[in-house]
Amino acid sequence: MIQVFIGLLAAVTLAATAAADQMRMAVTTSFHNSGLSDILLPAIRDDLGLEVQLLVVGTGQALRLGAAGDVDAILVHSRKAEDAFLAEGHGTHRREIMYNDFVLVGPSEDSAGIGDVASAADALQRIARARQPFVSRGDDSGTHKKELSLWAAAGQDAGSFGSWYRAVGAGMGQALNTASAMHAYTMSDRASWLNFGNRGDLALLYAGDPVLFNQYAYIPVNPDKHGHVKFDLATKLETWLVSDRARTLIDTYRINGETLFVFNATGG
Amino acid sequence: MSDIWEGLVQAFLLVVRLDAELIEITLRSLQVTLTALVVATAIALPLGALLAVRRFRYRRLTIAVLNALMGLPPVVVGLIVYILLSRSGPFGVFGLLFTPTAMIIAQVIIIVPLIASIAHQALRELWAEYHDLLISLNTTKTQRMRAILWDSRRALLTAALAGFGRAIGEVGAIMIVGGNIDHSTRVLTTAIALETGKGDFALALGLGFVLITMAILVNLSIHALGRTETEGRW
Amino acid sequence: MSGLLPLTVHDAVVRRRGKTLVGPVNLTIDGTGTTIVIGPNGAGKTTLLKMMHGLERLRSGTVRWAAPDAEARKQQAFVSQTPVVLRRTVRENLTYPLKLSRVPAAEARRIAGDWAARVGLSDMLDRRAEVLSGGERQKLALARAMVRDPKVLFLDEPCASLDGRSTREIEEILSAVAAAGTRIIMSTHDMGQARRLASEVAFILHGRVHEFAEAPGFFEQPATAQARAFLNGDIVE
Repeated sequence: MIQVFIGLLAAVTLAATAAADQMRMAVTTSFHNSGLSDILLPAIRDDLGLEVQLLVVGTGQALRLGAAGDVDAILVHSRKAEDAFLAEGHGTHRREIMYNDFVLVGPSEDSAGIGDVASAADALQRIARARQPFVSRGDDSGTHKKELSLWAAAGQDAGSFGSWYRAVGAGMGQALNTASAMHAYTMSDRASWLNFGNRGDLALLYAGDPVLFNQYAYIPVNPDKHGHVKFDLATKLETWLVSDRARTLIDTYRINGETLFVFNATGG
Repeated sequence: MSDIWEGLVQAFLLVVRLDAELIEITLRSLQVTLTALVVATAIALPLGALLAVRRFRYRRLTIAVLNALMGLPPVVVGLIVYILLSRSGPFGVFGLLFTPTAMIIAQVIIIVPLIASIAHQALRELWAEYHDLLISLNTTKTQRMRAILWDSRRALLTAALAGFGRAIGEVGAIMIVGGNIDHSTRVLTTAIALETGKGDFALALGLGFVLITMAILVNLSIHALGRTETEGRW
Repeated sequence: MSGLLPLTVHDAVVRRRGKTLVGPVNLTIDGTGTTIVIGPNGAGKTTLLKMMHGLERLRSGTVRWAAPDAEARKQQAFVSQTPVVLRRTVRENLTYPLKLSRVPAAEARRIAGDWAARVGLSDMLDRRAEVLSGGERQKLALARAMVRDPKVLFLDEPCASLDGRSTREIEEILSAVAAAGTRIIMSTHDMGQARRLASEVAFILHGRVHEFAEAPGFFEQPATAQARAFLNGDIVE
């Protein structure tokens, strides 16, 4: 009896939690882990009266959610995949918003010696040569794709690596947890790294090569393909994201005094 | 070890501060799981009784399938429900994906086989005992099912609690179909996964302890209800 | 008044796992009184009773009542050797059959109270039936069988595990019930009880009715050698 009562109560309360304007946006874990969304979402609510529900997933899943029409817009960072997404007509257009960068982290004693190299390619070559444990996301995410492209640029074939190369098939946080436990190298976006609470012996060893820059782009889902998507709200959000208000919030966002993102939207 | 200690401290702080977000996700956990439990028992108990009382052609097969489904990985359930509820899936028009309703659906699918199997064990034993009597009393099939359901209610309570335990601690399926959206579909388990991902083990553990405490409280209160009945009427 | 009897059993056979447990049996039960089923262990007494009541599936033959099947089922009751009690209170055990027949709750309570009094369970009405002793369970099962006022009452060794006093109480109830018009068909291996209660006797051997006769005549002068041996207390194979 009591269960039935609680159940009814639950059903009623669940039905009662609908706000005015709501839209769903799929974002990558790295964006969410940065903490920037905690700054932007309340501002969006205040300015536009719009509640943006975030689905925090890998780039691969974000693109699938968009293609299936399960979200109204996506905010991701994997140029090739984005272009393919647009080519298939799933999105209306691609709008660059901001970028951050990737960093290479590893055990503080740095036995592969990547702390003083000249380029990201050089750093990766040294890790491969030393056969030091390296944790890869291995989850088809934007970060994973970036990592693979960097190995390729360094003249390495990630597919042929030995057991020192560990593809964990997990999100950034999980990959960092794994690297911390295994005293392994890994590549992380700077935001996830700065917000990561379980560093253990890990340290930031290399950053700064322009190839490590990580461009975020906003893509509204195509309303011609999915009639139910809230294209007007997605457009409203886009206008806000490229506004001066967003520029200020993004450019001044800091963790431990470090700037994370650089606003680079044009035509706001 | 120090992580666990920090987790306990975090849990304590969260609770004494009556952290608004904690209360919100805890209540949502309860809402989703208790609703799923009510729906699942409404399906599973009659099903268990039916399997005990009736002899139909595919009964053994059904029981075997139920038992096998008990071990179904929640992630698979989540994925299937996701595909079904997705806008491009067969039930997409209802727009249920990434809502608590989707999470309830997934949990129902996960715990129905569990509850039905445990219930069936208890009901089958009671049916063996009651068989001659109930047939002699010229009962209908429905009356038989009702009699064994009512008279094994304490065993069925255990079955329901097992279902509750599995549902409240489940993360794989509801992460996929709920999306772990802040203020909308975030529950204790998905919040724990999120904080673990951020490497904030203390907060994750703290939430874990809150989850354990809540599960214990629910179990205790349901057992207490059973016991008052024992003393009062039994 | 009954319209239920006669009960006609015609070439009825019960087989289980390739073994014939009972049959072929030919038997007609009519009139009033008490039919006592006797015979050595394993002769098929229990199966015969269950078969007549409809708890055993017939391999062949028929068990037919004068009333249509659906009617006939409602007017019979069965008390098994190890009585099954519902996991409820004594009162709920007694009201359950009445509830099934849609007797109003107050009326059901009254009838349950009356029968509890008749079998001496009045002060146990609110006790859980599982905690009753063997004798009390047997009385409860008998009372529960009687609440719907059946025309025919089957009992399988109702006093097998009871002490003298309980046996006497049950026999008194059965006599009263029979006198009130309920047809009783009951098995026992207590020959004294058989003599006290029987108006007719069915002697069962190897799953068949070996001898079926009026009680006084049967006990004085059994027709068959096996029945005579059985009554003398010899082993009958």
